[in-house]
Amino acid sequence: MSKPIVATTSLAGCFGCHMSLLDIDERILDLIDLVDFNKSPIDDIKEFTQMCDIGIIEGGCCNSENIHVLKDFRKNCKILVSTGECAIMGGLPAMRNNIPIKECLEEAYLDGPSTKGHNPEGILPNDEELPIILDKVYPCHEIVKIDYYLPGCPPRADLIWNALVALVTGDEMKLPYEVIKFD
Amino acid sequence: MSEKIKFTIDGKECFAEKGANLIEAAKENGVYIPTLCHLEGVKPAGSCRICNVKINGRPMTACTTTLIEGMNIENNVEDIQELRKIIIETLFVSGNHYCPACEKSGNCELQALGYRFKMLVPRFPFEFEEKEVDAEAPKIYIDRNRCILCKRCVRSLKTEDGKSIFAVQGRGYKAMINIDHELAMNMTDEEATHAMDTCPVGSILKKERGYYDPIGSRKYDKKPIGSEIEQIVTN
Amino acid sequence: MSSHIQNIIEKYGKDATRLMDILHEAQAKEGFISDEVVKEIASQLNISKVDVEQTLTFYHFFSKKPLGKYTIYLNNSLVSHMMGREEVAHAFEKVTGTKFGSVSEDGQFGLYNTSCIGMNDQEPAAIINGIVFPKMTTYRVKEIIKAFRAGESVTDMINSLGGGHNQSDLVHSMVTNNLNRRGAVIFSEFTPGDTLKKINSISPKELIDEVKKSNLRGRGGAGFPTGLKWDFCTKTPGERYVLCNADEGEPGTFKDRVILTERPEMVFEGMTLAGYAIGAKLGILYLREEYRYLEKQLETVLLGMRGKGLLGRNIAGKEGFDYDIRIQFGAGAYVCGEESALIESCEGKRGEPRNRPPFPVQVGYLDKPTVINNVESLCSVVKILEKGAEWYKSMGTKETSGTKLLSISGDVRYPGVFEVEWGITVQEALEMSGAMNVKAVQVGGPSGRLIGPNEFHRTICYEDLPTGGAFIVIGEGRKILDVVKNFMDFFIDESCGSCAPCRYLTVILRNKLNKIMEGKGVASDLDDLVNWGKQMKVANRCGLGQSAANPILSSIENFRYEYEAKIEKGKDFDTRFDLNKAIQESSRAVGRFPEA
Repeated sequence: MSKPIVATTSLAGCFGCHMSLLDIDERILDLIDLVDFNKSPIDDIKEFTQMCDIGIIEGGCCNSENIHVLKDFRKNCKILVSTGECAIMGGLPAMRNNIPIKECLEEAYLDGPSTKGHNPEGILPNDEELPIILDKVYPCHEIVKIDYYLPGCPPRADLIWNALVALVTGDEMKLPYEVIKFD
Repeated sequence: MSEKIKFTIDGKECFAEKGANLIEAAKENGVYIPTLCHLEGVKPAGSCRICNVKINGRPMTACTTTLIEGMNIENNVEDIQELRKIIIETLFVSGNHYCPACEKSGNCELQALGYRFKMLVPRFPFEFEEKEVDAEAPKIYIDRNRCILCKRCVRSLKTEDGKSIFAVQGRGYKAMINIDHELAMNMTDEEATHAMDTCPVGSILKKERGYYDPIGSRKYDKKPIGSEIEQIVTN
Repeated sequence: MSSHIQNIIEKYGKDATRLMDILHEAQAKEGFISDEVVKEIASQLNISKVDVEQTLTFYHFFSKKPLGKYTIYLNNSLVSHMMGREEVAHAFEKVTGTKFGSVSEDGQFGLYNTSCIGMNDQEPAAIINGIVFPKMTTYRVKEIIKAFRAGESVTDMINSLGGGHNQSDLVHSMVTNNLNRRGAVIFSEFTPGDTLKKINSISPKELIDEVKKSNLRGRGGAGFPTGLKWDFCTKTPGERYVLCNADEGEPGTFKDRVILTERPEMVFEGMTLAGYAIGAKLGILYLREEYRYLEKQLETVLLGMRGKGLLGRNIAGKEGFDYDIRIQFGAGAYVCGEESALIESCEGKRGEPRNRPPFPVQVGYLDKPTVINNVESLCSVVKILEKGAEWYKSMGTKETSGTKLLSISGDVRYPGVFEVEWGITVQEALEMSGAMNVKAVQVGGPSGRLIGPNEFHRTICYEDLPTGGAFIVIGEGRKILDVVKNFMDFFIDESCGSCAPCRYLTVILRNKLNKIMEGKGVASDLDDLVNWGKQMKVANRCGLGQSAANPILSSIENFRYEYEAKIEKGKDFDTRFDLNKAIQESSRAVGRFPEA
């Protein structure tokens, strides 16, 4: 029997959730026995090559590319798991949600400590190839239907492990107190 | 000696002194009734509504209930727990609670209730409403993104001559906590620390303190809120 | 300025519990209450500035910013909308050159929305500098704004006088009574002063017993037996107070307006009888600010009663019965119609309902035992004493005796006040008021129930369909979801904000309703509305919060099809996210114009 297939991505995240996934220590060997990976930074497969069973989403949606990737995951994964605070509620990137975009961009490209004086023409990145920033950072479940949520910043390795095992085996997910954290 | 009365919580026989406050008496009997606004020794507000219980079948807030003989209280029952969870989730979306960036994380009572009630995601959409931060006072600042309007500060933090340092401004969903700048000028370090500790969330913070306890040794890292009460063995 | 504020504060004996009056007078001077004045009030009363502000900012009509030389509050209630508010609002914005919620650049005109002002029978209505302008039209808007620009005063623009006492010099108002049906109790023959003299032949206990015997129940809507309430109050020792609740803020009710216009003596006599029954020395009429135009008449009546010995010392010759009445104005807060919030407001505080127990009959105004009665209840007492409990009980139904004032408005030919015996059916009330093609009736205002034709056979009384009197008729052409949205906005605006669910779950529910109205709803949204909405009943402290989801719950119960018509079949996910809309702001910021 073929193994269940997992895809992962980091949208507006910091890859911390991916790090936490790797933090399952020696159980990573069990994981490889348990599942195959498709599109994921872990194996560097850039595009979906087949329908997947589980999609793990890190990060919320801050730009148009995030939206396209997330929708692509929804189309190609039977189960989507919102993983980490950013995917669940926008997280730290969402702290810009009440600041006008122009102000954010000016801070980043014109007036910030590392840019002040280095951008005399006052150019804000506007190449047509670049993703377009959204009006605010959206939690993933505001964009597509999400099936499960794993909170934490990052979610504890044990939580990700428990969840993956439960999803693959069909057993009930274990949620001991110590693994549910919002930070 | 004052008179003892008998009452039950979820069928468990409990005892208290006549006229005792239900939340506090429950605690004495090893029963945790969750709350965010109650503060022992301060006039109850009944504002967070999380301590809702059923008393002889009727929903009531425990913090505003004075016990009388024979009260039959339902605490850990499904519909009450569901109501509490809904309120907790409401509070999470009504503000901007970025737990990973909050100095109070790990010691925050709202977060702790989120853990205790196994909230993985609020069922309600986040609104990301803009809230003001007021950092004018020399020793403390107030971050309204995290405020849950429990009014603990309003009710308990007064000057020596009894004047309010904090008060509510506006009403409804626009209501917010205001700080009296003039009176806050004279707050001592001790008072500032007390103000921060009074706040169940990370809304009132002492300046120049920041993160204090390392992750893993904070109040609610390992044990759920209320578990210290539930460990009390009563005879 | 300083001495002016000092005078005001000294007038009220430096008493912080009179903060409402102090703020009213301070605002009357400049039209707003500046930061300087707030500081001055705080220092004079020896309380903190934030304590003054917490009261000030609670009430709709107090302001820390100038509100314009002409301050225009346009009613935002459902019936105002039904009668053409949008057109009128648009005309106001156009001719004044400013938007609602702001003051025109020249400082002349301030435009503001306001919750129901008790004029549902003559909408759209506005209050301009305290004067009620009913039956507004676009023509009238242009006319009055032009006149104001030409320097005419607001009183100059009174172009007609309503009937009855509205025509008197003391009221001098354009408001019409629309008293479409007089009944046997409130609007029957009445000679001021006669009944009050009877206290010489009846003891307080006998009076309470007579009221008990009459089965009179509170007319505000909750229906607590009046005699029993009085009896409870006498059980707690100490100074006692009578409060009369004239804060009728439930959208759709306006009966107290007509009583206070036509039967002010009866109201005060009822309050005096209540005072006699419970042994009080002071009564307070808590009057909504929207009815400020009745102040002169009411104060004149009080003066007259004092002159005739019907208030003051040894009332009506009864040795030792000393009692007086003062008027306390609210300042725009629906929740102050809740009795314990009303007490808080009388004490100069935010109108936040108290936790109960203790009840006001034990711990009320200034923490003393207090009876709070509706205007209509107290008037009924006068007639009960005049004609006897048996006579009173001969009217109405088995469990609900006497008459009731219905405030009927909406899609009817004859909106107005109807005094009917309890037990009338909804259908009869509709016929009586000339209702046409009725789709629904909102019985009891937003906090009541929205019923459809299958319930029109029901009788209005406590054992079947109770009501405080608001009766809004909604015709076939109306959309139920528009009705519900107006009511939800109302509850959100008027929540005191104390209980977490009322403060924010209301907003969540309204946003979900908006989502459905925009055609973005999915089937589970309806379940969410019901499941979340029903929590409100148990989750909140007071009647406002407990009933704030009623518009949603009762409309889903009776008009589910109107919701379902807005929901695309088979769609199971939609969050309203719109990529095209979401990229507009940043595209503009960087000068990119992507194709949609």
